[in-house]
Amino acid sequence: MRYLCLIYLDERELAAMPQKEMDALNARHLRFNEELVASGHFVEAEALQPAASTTAIRVRNGKPSLTDGPFTETKEMVAGFYVIEARDLNEAIQVAARIPSAPLGTVEVRPCRDLEVGGVAYKASSKSGGRIFNS
Amino acid sequence: MPSAAAPLSVAEAVDSIYRAESRRVLATLIRQLGDFDVAEEALHEAFVAAVEQWPRDGVPENPRAWLVTTGRFKAIDRLRRRSKHEVALEDEHAEAIADPAAGVDDAEGVEDDRLRLIFTCCHPALAPEAQVALTLREVCGLTTEEIARAHLAPAPTVAQRIVRAKAKIRDARIPYEVPGRGELGARLESVLRVIYLVFNEGYLASSGDALTRHDLSGEAIRLGKLLVELLPEPEAVGLLALMLLHDARRASRTTPQGELVPLEDQDRSSWNRAQIADAARLVEASLASGRFGPYAIQAAIAAVHAEAPDAASTDWAQIAGLYGVLLELSPSPVVELNQAVAIAMRDGPEAGIARIDAILERGELADYHLAHAARADLCRRLGRSEEARASYRKALALTGQGPERRFLEKRLAES
Repeated sequence: MRYLCLIYLDERELAAMPQKEMDALNARHLRFNEELVASGHFVEAEALQPAASTTAIRVRNGKPSLTDGPFTETKEMVAGFYVIEARDLNEAIQVAARIPSAPLGTVEVRPCRDLEVGGVAYKASSKSGGRIFNS
Repeated sequence: MPSAAAPLSVAEAVDSIYRAESRRVLATLIRQLGDFDVAEEALHEAFVAAVEQWPRDGVPENPRAWLVTTGRFKAIDRLRRRSKHEVALEDEHAEAIADPAAGVDDAEGVEDDRLRLIFTCCHPALAPEAQVALTLREVCGLTTEEIARAHLAPAPTVAQRIVRAKAKIRDARIPYEVPGRGELGARLESVLRVIYLVFNEGYLASSGDALTRHDLSGEAIRLGKLLVELLPEPEAVGLLALMLLHDARRASRTTPQGELVPLEDQDRSSWNRAQIADAARLVEASLASGRFGPYAIQAAIAAVHAEAPDAASTDWAQIAGLYGVLLELSPSPVVELNQAVAIAMRDGPEAGIARIDAILERGELADYHLAHAARADLCRRLGRSEEARASYRKALALTGQGPERRFLEKRLAES
């Protein structure tokens, strides 16, 4: 089963972090990614640019309209994510608790679901699943 | 082989087997069928079948195994007829379902299932009120209506909490398992918190249908005993002792009119001495393990109170010392307040007032009525009536309706 681990961090704290600490944190993340690949938990991971770089797109009546930035004024913003493969929630929690930036903010663990069409379940992330569905 | 069923009504037999075994059967069916709702339906169908077949064929030798097997077959039958669920059956549960002889009789396995059920219902990923509702429903077998009455919550609210919790267990795949050694400590804490919450809902019931709510304390004690039987961890033993000690003094806590009686004025002859002795033995066992925690220390404090023949001979030095240990284990301003009161009893009211004032100055308990009530009581003992009245008023301003309010009003009028 797949789980999305959303990492929420205070961007101001992140921006104020000395370069040396930031380097060390990033290195820990890269090492952690390798560990997850080795243990078979790794599916995908990204670190994100600050929330201010967001563009929000809404399509209404077939027309996209664009607005700047995030909608919320909360202190902690999504700063990155992991998609992991885990047996169950307990295993996902154990993996998420080891995320190097977890001590700095909040990690939300959320189960992924399949996209069901006509009683057949497709993995949203699977390219071959998409092709089979299209054909 | 059917047991020699005297015409002593089979319906009665089914009834008593339901009370004794239905939670065990459910716990095993959840493991075998992998879904709470499917298992509950299977349990229901198994008992319907028992009512139909047992009068004709006799009560089976091992009713629990019969119920588990029957329930599982009924569920598989039903699921096979719903093609949609065939998809869901293709995972690991299919194996258990396909094997009709899957371990049903082994008593050990069945007890493991009950522990699995407790840990799953008290999983910290579920909302705290959902943990309580789910535990009362699935582990204790209370109906939604009974839980609603005891919680003073509308039945639809309770029902929705349970439905949502089950959906989360399914969708987030919360496993049906007893946590491993590494997680056991933290997960056990969550279970103990749920049990103590249930107990306190009953014990501290100050409003509503008091009788119904008192049943919750009994339910919590039964849960605590079950947990100790299944998993004799020192903190589980400590919590059971703590609940037994509180419960042993229940009758003296309030007057027949529901007014609060402070500990020093309670009629100690009404305390359940046998239960206190049992609990004291549990406290000793828990402390002797060296792996005790906050519940065992709280139980030790309650035991010192309970074993004092009268209020005047209470060993306050020991109580103050135990609060010191408790503060180290789980620092909190409320524990500090209790320690301050114990020190006041040991060294005189001034020492206690100084400590309470220091806590209040930090602002942490400024809105906690018992901090002001405790300060008022110590001032009263010193004859500082003006100060006592001011503190009683502060306490009253922070207290809702009920016996606690009436008690404070009475004290204010007397000082």
